Amino acid sequence: MPELNLTSAPAHLRHGSSIGQPMTRRDGVLKVRGQATYAADNHPPGMLFAVMAVSSIAHGRVTSLDVAAAKRHPGVIDVMTPDHKPQLAIDPEIKTNPFVFRMEVLQSDEVRYANQPIAVVIAETLEAATEGAVLLAPRYEMLPALVGLDAGESFVPPVVGVGNPAEIHRGDVEAGLAAADKQIDAIYETPPQYHNAMEPHAIVAHWDGDKLQIDMPTQGLMLSLGRVAELFGIAPDKIHIRSPFLGGGFGSKGLMAGPPVLGIMAAKLVGKPVKLVLRREQMYGPVGHRAPTRQRLRIGADADGRLTALDHHARTVSSTFDDFYEPAADASHTLYAAPAIRTSHDAVRVNTGTPLFMRAPGEATGSIALESAIDEMAWACGMDPLAFRLKNYAEVEPITGKPFSSKALRACYDQGAARFGWAKRSLQPRQMRDDAGLLVGWGMGTATFPALMFQAEARAAIRGDGTGAMEIGAHDMGQGAWTALAQIAADAVGLDIDRITFKAGTSDLPDAGIAGGSAHTATAGAAIHSAGAAVIAKLADLATNDERSPLFGAGNAGVIARDGRLIRRDDQSRSESYTEILARAGVAEVEARGTGAPNPAAMEEYAMHAHGAVFAEVKVDPELGQIRVTRMVGAFAAGRIVNPHLVKSQLFGGMIWGMSFALHEEAVTDRRSGRVMNANLGEYHIPVNADVPPLDVVTVEEHDPHVNALGIKGVGEIGITGSAGAVANAVWHATGVRVRRFPIRIEELLKGL
Amino acid sequence: MKQFDYVRPATVAEAVAAAAQPGATYLAAGTNLLDLMKGNVSRPDRLVDVTHLDGLDRIERLADGALRIGALVSNAALAHDAEFAKSYPAIAEALLSGASAQLRNVATVGGNLLQRTRCAYFYDTASRCNKREAGSGCDARDGENRAHAVLGWSESCIATHPSDFCVPLVALDAIVEIEGKNGRREIPLDELHRLPGNTPGRESALEPGDLIVAVRLPAAARGFAAHARYLKVRERTSYAFAIVSAAAALRIENGKIAEARLALGGVAAKPWRARAAEDILKGVAPTADVFQEAAWRALSDAKPSGDNAYKIELARRIVVRTLTLAAAGTPARIPALPASPFASTSGAIHA
Amino acid sequence: MNHSISLTVNGARRDFVLDDPRVTLLDLLRERLHLTGTKKGCDRGQCGACTILVDGKRINSCLALAISHEGADIVTIEGVARGDQLHPVQAAFIAHDGFQCGFCTPGQIMSAIGMMQEAQAGNDPERIRECMSGNLCRCGAYAGIVDAVLEAQAGADETNRRRSA
Repeated sequence: MPELNLTSAPAHLRHGSSIGQPMTRRDGVLKVRGQATYAADNHPPGMLFAVMAVSSIAHGRVTSLDVAAAKRHPGVIDVMTPDHKPQLAIDPEIKTNPFVFRMEVLQSDEVRYANQPIAVVIAETLEAATEGAVLLAPRYEMLPALVGLDAGESFVPPVVGVGNPAEIHRGDVEAGLAAADKQIDAIYETPPQYHNAMEPHAIVAHWDGDKLQIDMPTQGLMLSLGRVAELFGIAPDKIHIRSPFLGGGFGSKGLMAGPPVLGIMAAKLVGKPVKLVLRREQMYGPVGHRAPTRQRLRIGADADGRLTALDHHARTVSSTFDDFYEPAADASHTLYAAPAIRTSHDAVRVNTGTPLFMRAPGEATGSIALESAIDEMAWACGMDPLAFRLKNYAEVEPITGKPFSSKALRACYDQGAARFGWAKRSLQPRQMRDDAGLLVGWGMGTATFPALMFQAEARAAIRGDGTGAMEIGAHDMGQGAWTALAQIAADAVGLDIDRITFKAGTSDLPDAGIAGGSAHTATAGAAIHSAGAAVIAKLADLATNDERSPLFGAGNAGVIARDGRLIRRDDQSRSESYTEILARAGVAEVEARGTGAPNPAAMEEYAMHAHGAVFAEVKVDPELGQIRVTRMVGAFAAGRIVNPHLVKSQLFGGMIWGMSFALHEEAVTDRRSGRVMNANLGEYHIPVNADVPPLDVVTVEEHDPHVNALGIKGVGEIGITGSAGAVANAVWHATGVRVRRFPIRIEELLKGL
Repeated sequence: MKQFDYVRPATVAEAVAAAAQPGATYLAAGTNLLDLMKGNVSRPDRLVDVTHLDGLDRIERLADGALRIGALVSNAALAHDAEFAKSYPAIAEALLSGASAQLRNVATVGGNLLQRTRCAYFYDTASRCNKREAGSGCDARDGENRAHAVLGWSESCIATHPSDFCVPLVALDAIVEIEGKNGRREIPLDELHRLPGNTPGRESALEPGDLIVAVRLPAAARGFAAHARYLKVRERTSYAFAIVSAAAALRIENGKIAEARLALGGVAAKPWRARAAEDILKGVAPTADVFQEAAWRALSDAKPSGDNAYKIELARRIVVRTLTLAAAGTPARIPALPASPFASTSGAIHA
Repeated sequence: MNHSISLTVNGARRDFVLDDPRVTLLDLLRERLHLTGTKKGCDRGQCGACTILVDGKRINSCLALAISHEGADIVTIEGVARGDQLHPVQAAFIAHDGFQCGFCTPGQIMSAIGMMQEAQAGNDPERIRECMSGNLCRCGAYAGIVDAVLEAQAGADETNRRRSA
């Protein structure tokens, strides 16, 4: 693959060159020409094709594989099985750090979920490898499968999500409920969902002696590098991972999963480069999913519609062999000012691949239940849902009592409602119809997502020719890192964006942390900002300490960097170009590193969240029950917006995921076998173009001095929250039928139509 | 995908001879066959590619007023044929509500008739399925079956036929022209697909080697052009199979229904012609009451095969709605969202 | 059994021997001709990422056997720009942010070009949404896609108007 160079040609339409400008994507030309290289597009000389055979049972053991039949197929080179495979340096069952998940890499004949890899066929052609995998005709010893939310004894998990306590409370919930004038006690169910990025997980692995070259989409280059190094017992500097573009990730490409490891093993086994790409149906198992939940919400309110208590309990599942617990109830921590709040979780173990982070893990799942319940309570109190939310507006974070670092939610409510025309909504359901007689409903939901920061490092340089460089192993999975981070980099080094070389997407660059938690732009951006400041400081040293410079004596704090020049702050007529400074100093370039990290002191003091308000209109056929979303407006306050063009797209995407959560997505699991029966894109429905109405996003101005140096809160996930509930509430408002099982199915609605 | 021999016959006779052998299957556009082969549901030894045969891609008006549609005419070519869409609007609307534009561009008339069920247990080779493997059992019967059949099913099989196209076709008395080992024959479309009984693997009246060469619409089919609709309930706005669908075609004379045609989709192993309901409609004024009565009659034999009792009620309602839409008159242009309850139409059509 | 096949791919005639009749047009393009712009998202005709033009019509290349397409004229995403000059649909996709991750984008663009040639949707957003529903986008860039198509269609209409004037 040619080195990516996003600076040599005007690969984008320019509207400006720094933070806040709505630049189009700098990788746009590559993408529209089909020249953006995704992992599976690589084809090193001599490459072979590997195809996984996966288990068709959910629990038991593989008793036989017809390896001979597979090998008889023309073109099949080898079959990797538990008995015939390269040895790993460590047991893949050992969790060497909290971000290591157990994986199946043929370490035994045990089957613990359906679609688990049980063998890998390596062949000269894709056709031969694919058929070879079929010819293995596995036989099994089958054990009963644990399926569903009632599969066995429940237990309280040690932690939920990433290290959150399973139970938290503040105030006396039971007393609050007892004192309430109105009570809601409702159970909501959400299904298993699969990330289903358009790009299937893929790897091209190439061993060159003890060196390993990997093309693989990853949301965490360094985590993946570390995991590969320990599994194969090689030094990290022998491994090079390229991940310039991800065809979507949504959490499923965050951590090293089994299939890419199998690709590396296969390449080692046959001594040639190997490509292994998951078939779509194979993505329903070994690469994570969103766990199902059953959530009970008990809410009390007084006669004025003020909350007296909020109790949110979530039942979820994890696999039989590892732990990830969807932190659904935690959605109730931050939004509504109940004097007593309790959130709790329990779980059962089922025969499934281990659940994983999926876009807004916990937040999305919890939000649809919480926002539905709040809507139900507003109705019980005879109040408009927006008025009810405003009445219970949290001025401080309810669960902790901490002040918010910033919170422009009131403005989101105001601007979103105005844009939507919410004031014209009927309080009663089933009052509104369109010209064709379709039922019309309006619903809303509050959006929230924590403003997180991880750790990152960046390297900045300014060269003698007046150009700059910024290097960081950041990931572009569609959110726009190639563009937004380059915008931050340009500002950081005081150069026009076309004068810097921005490198990202490979493992030999400084660690950018993971692209997850809606924190990548903030985290990598902070590192870039700090590296830029550091390299400018070095350059300033050269100038201000040199009596031949017009900046001599200005001191570090006395210059600013702009358009390739250092300018004396107190006298802007005195300046010098980077080229002049470096030439006179006889230095080819100056280089510096910077880091981005959370600020523990600020986190201790403040609750940090992005917020938003989503308003949705649906139409429902009054007899047939078919639902269509016809309008959505989202108003979001997420701190500083680096690129409004891309942020709008991110928020649109999130809102569509919210709609999908409410109306479409569900992995249908056979209750006997534990197998996903719609493991495809034909029957696992995600919205198509015709499902998506005109969308409107308002980004509300918000200045946050505490979250990080750039004031960025992140927008990758918040769009789902609020939106799912808004759509569900709109369906109720259209029909008067409250469906508490998601996605809302026609048969549930028909009962009340 | 299993290895296979690829044969490209030059004539229909050669094709029939090549396909009559065990393990042979015809390949037309392959939009369903390749899907099945990739899933190992279908593992033919030989593909007989009929896409290069001459003369099967024509739409011809016959002397008796019938329309003959070659089996290789694509769904898109047929639906976008202006004369066809004007004369048989419900068929065009059904075609355009199926699959995606890409698939419609290649999927053929003959292939559409022979597409296989979407039953997940049929597609999943690890499940028991009497249709796929005779006598193995039916995992759908006690499985995830909310989309399965409510009419004409048996304990052996509760799968449905997924075609949209076939629904108005069967309503309009389409005839299937077949070339076989013993020459040409024709059967009503209503007799092409078989109900499962104890032999769900035998899905059609076709014998080994039989090649559908054309579908014919008799002259009378044009008489419904002014009052013909197809409607389909789906779980997303487009690119989804029907939960239930209906085609209704009325010939209205002097304010009364001179003749009615009604068929349902997504409810049985075949496109379901509702003749008894048609009889109720004949000779009466098109009113809501009579449409209700027809709907009850159409579903009078229906029974749930699993978690799908709602489909019976839904089918009744779609019958009423489709008849209402048909009575209101065929729109001048196929709606932007074909066959959708959200098709933009003017005037209230809902209760 | 080997089969000799000739195809026209992006204007150039390609003759080759196909050693396996199971090869789809998609896998032929990607794995044998190394034209990897066309993407495999589902391999079952359910996502549209593999959309190409065959004899001017948009199709799912994953469900088409190469061997059955002897003599076909194929256009892929690599064949729609003229040198550095982007096709108007490509340029409009950039301007309207009709993609995020970009993986479905080649299929979306080929589908949009095919749709405009079909002349069924015109400049009606609802018809465009329906006619583009065979192309899934998990990132949810549908609004930008529709806007991009509308802009490209407006440009094409303008060109046609000038020509006929």
